[in-house]
Amino acid sequence: MRRKVLVCGGTGCVSSRSREVYDALESELAGRGLGEQFELKYTGCHGFCEQGPLVLVEPEGYFYCRVTKEHVAKLVDSLQEGSVYEDLLYKDPDTGNRVKTRNDVPFYQKQKRLVLKNCGLINPESIEDYLNAGGYRTLQKVFKMSPDAVIDEVKKAGLRGRGGGGFPTGLKWEYARKARGDKKYIICNADEGDPGAFMDRSILEGDPHRVLEGMLTAGYAIGAGEGFVYIRAEYPLAVRRLDIAIKEAREKGFLGENILGSGFNFDIHIKQGAGAFVCGEETALIESIQGNRGMPRPRPPFPAVKGLWDRPTVVNNVETLANLPIIFDMGAEAYAAIGTEQSKGTKIFALTGKIKNTGLVEVPMGITLREIIFDIGGGIPNGKKFKAVQIGGPSGGGLSAQHLDLPIDYDSLIDAGAMMGSGGLVVMDEDTCMVELARFFLSFTRMEACGKCTPCREGNTRLLEILERIVEGRGELQDLDLLESLGHTIIDTSLCGLGQSAPNPVLSALKYFRPEYEMHVKNKLCPAGVCKALLSYRIIEEKCKACGLCLKHCPVGAITGKKGEPHRIDPEMCKKCGECLKKCPFGAIVLAGGDGFGQGQSDHKRNHVSRTQALYNLKSGGRERH
Amino acid sequence: MCVVEVKGARKLMAACATPVSDGMEVLTESDRVINARREILRLLIANHDLRCLTCERNGDCRLQDYCYRYKVEDTPYKGEVIEYPIDTNNPFFIRDYSKCIRCGKCVTVCAEINGAYVYDFMHRGFETKVTSAYDDTLQETTCTFCGMCVNVCPVAALVEKSTLWAGRPWEIKKVTTTCPYCGVGCQLKLKVKDNRIIGVAADRSGPNLGDLCSKGQFGWDYVHSPDRLTDPLVKRNGKFIKVSWDEALNYVAARFKDILNEWGGRAFAGLSSAKCTNEENYLFQKFMRSILQTNNIDHCARL
Ligand SMILES: Cc1cc2nc3c(=O)[nH]c(=O)nc-3n(C[C@H](O)[C@H](O)[C@H](O)COP(=O)(O)O)c2cc1C
Ligand code: SF4
Ligand code: SF4
Ligand code: SF4
Repeated sequence: MRRKVLVCGGTGCVSSRSREVYDALESELAGRGLGEQFELKYTGCHGFCEQGPLVLVEPEGYFYCRVTKEHVAKLVDSLQEGSVYEDLLYKDPDTGNRVKTRNDVPFYQKQKRLVLKNCGLINPESIEDYLNAGGYRTLQKVFKMSPDAVIDEVKKAGLRGRGGGGFPTGLKWEYARKARGDKKYIICNADEGDPGAFMDRSILEGDPHRVLEGMLTAGYAIGAGEGFVYIRAEYPLAVRRLDIAIKEAREKGFLGENILGSGFNFDIHIKQGAGAFVCGEETALIESIQGNRGMPRPRPPFPAVKGLWDRPTVVNNVETLANLPIIFDMGAEAYAAIGTEQSKGTKIFALTGKIKNTGLVEVPMGITLREIIFDIGGGIPNGKKFKAVQIGGPSGGGLSAQHLDLPIDYDSLIDAGAMMGSGGLVVMDEDTCMVELARFFLSFTRMEACGKCTPCREGNTRLLEILERIVEGRGELQDLDLLESLGHTIIDTSLCGLGQSAPNPVLSALKYFRPEYEMHVKNKLCPAGVCKALLSYRIIEEKCKACGLCLKHCPVGAITGKKGEPHRIDPEMCKKCGECLKKCPFGAIVLAGGDGFGQGQSDHKRNHVSRTQALYNLKSGGRERH
Repeated sequence: MCVVEVKGARKLMAACATPVSDGMEVLTESDRVINARREILRLLIANHDLRCLTCERNGDCRLQDYCYRYKVEDTPYKGEVIEYPIDTNNPFFIRDYSKCIRCGKCVTVCAEINGAYVYDFMHRGFETKVTSAYDDTLQETTCTFCGMCVNVCPVAALVEKSTLWAGRPWEIKKVTTTCPYCGVGCQLKLKVKDNRIIGVAADRSGPNLGDLCSKGQFGWDYVHSPDRLTDPLVKRNGKFIKVSWDEALNYVAARFKDILNEWGGRAFAGLSSAKCTNEENYLFQKFMRSILQTNNIDHCARL
């Protein structure tokens, strides 16, 4: 048997130069006349991008990390000898031991890779590879069933939408099947707008045929003849591989007329999006495919009844569709045995932030955050403490340590004030400021609103402005109430999911980290030491040797002190340039949470009643809130 | 603004876009609804050119009306306010987007009633602007200057140039009349101040439901033109002389008779106007055929 050398060609590894490794391997193998003995291939993403470029040797399963072209000569030596190249194996940071195969790496041990099972192992640009891995086999099964039986099977499996909402997929299909229309459509939503999320991209880059197989199943079930993949143009590699996959599938007769002799006709087109977050919303996405501005429209009517060109349309997420071959392969019952009561199967998360192992992980529903963060993710680096985790991207919420043992599924996350979203998972350590974090997410969403609804278009900017005030030390206690009431109004009055979820990061942070917000406004202090305006430079008296260096270098003369006595920094004059800290040879100067200056600046405002306010009180006996 | 509370629904619903269903209970003025509307008004005025003192729509402004109704005097949201230069490029109306509340009514009326599709939302997020493609002047677009957008705009974002500094809304009398241009008979309201027309407002009671074309909306300036004929004139010794109606009509009737006697009906030809009603056109052809005995009649309706 020919041994295989698999080089990761996912976007992550490509950007850490896996192409160079591939080219070097190719010429080295050819140079030594080994081209026949070894099969060299590109694969999709393994999810462990942080350790890339990754090279896998089959059948032994040796898993080499951080391979560069300089390693290639020795790597080929080891291939020739049939030995292991120890230095390139993953080193367990806890034990210091080298780990030989992928499945022994702790990052993979608690994962359950179903959707991602081919990613990293097959060449995504070859339909042969997919077929050899069992691909397109479920279609035979599906075409023998009646469409209603297919829908029943999906219902039995308990599959819910992975695009964020968690809507039961079988039910959605049933609506579309029952709806009347001369044509019906399947849309695969590959817009993936959450910053930091890349599960859909990885599936499409690593195993595109799986998604096509899912679309064919969905198309057969609802009676659609055409499908569209709406994918952002910023994913050129995924677009290319998808394009190749569609062409290959047409050549092999998996797309087109009378597929596998079933009498079912189906074809798939790619539609590239320009990368607006709101175009991931299904009705905006439909507008965009129709050539209009991507603006959500009111539902009902739901797309399942009146969607693309007013025809019944099912919009499903990439990951949702990629689950279908698994369901029809293992059977609904076996599938439904994975996960929790209400959430079945697995979910892919993009694990990022302050965590040792960043990357893409696929885990069974019901796993706890602790398992994901500490067992798979390896915990928080540099001995720092875990503080919070943001789930669901800019639409989700921040959860705190009290949620670490929460089994995660759609419903438990909603109850906790976050949401599954598309599966972004950002871990924060003690050095993260929750006010600053909310500010960051809002600065994203406030620019992404389509502009239709006043609360979303205007309100998110005002939330952001209030947060900016707070991080700059100009916040007042009423600002926290203002954040809450405005946040709830935005959720209550916006048309689509973007507006309805944009305030989530602020509201959940106010719920679980309120003391931190209060410190910012009451004490003008940022406990995490992030908000620059709330920090001050201070000289620790005990350490100061009165050398006078800092005094000499302060550009604004904010430092005073005589020989023999500890120096002082005048906080009012200090411009926070940090020169003194850099110059002090004794480490006596620190940048620390504020000392409360500037506190209570504008309390008078609260008791201020304007003339019109007085008039108003007189007229109505009521009181304006501000 | 149009949110209402539907019993059992998780969030407030848009009144204009939610289909009614059996047994639905809708609350239009519950505390929750009113609070939401007030919050939305506070957000709107936080990003609005609030120079109401000299605003052309002062006293006739939906934003003012709703702020008054819901007792919103001020906004706690003091922050960025987007200012746009005023577009005065077209001859008929100004576009002052610092007053625009992005309601989208102009987009809809232009696309769905006129079919010109001039406006749409541009940019995203806080910077969203409702404008023509590429923010071009309207002459560069498919605009027909029907002025419907001006008439639906609830605020002073789109204002007829002729009304600028011409009077406060409460000083302007609105006189319902029929458009004099064509036989459709569109109804409109003339905005009249001191016995002079200064603009046209929509009248939604007529067959045109308030919609007009550029002539009815903006083509009224001839009314006050000094070049207009205001009296009958008869040419004597090569010069037009002002005469009474009786004298003029007698003169025409006498000449018609003479010509008819001398030359017969084929000496006459009549040209009627599209500004006349059907009835007037009917009378005209009747007169030409039976009195002047000619079939030489035509009409200018091939505009
Ligand atoms: C602002 C916004 C962005 C969204 N972005 C995406 C996205 O990038 N990908 C996605 O699959 N669904 C996205 N959705 C959810 C879709 O509207 C839709 O619910 C989903 O594609 C349905 O597929 P599913 O049932 O398979 O989850 C987004 C929703 C909103 C409100
Ligand atoms: S909530 Fe925001 S993004 Fe959604 S329709 Fe309204 S303005 Fe557009
Ligand atoms: S004047 Fe008429 S055609 Fe021109 S933009 Fe306004 S509504 Fe459209
Ligand atoms: S109708 Fe007026 S306020 Fe509304 S979007 Fe158009 S210009 Fe703006």
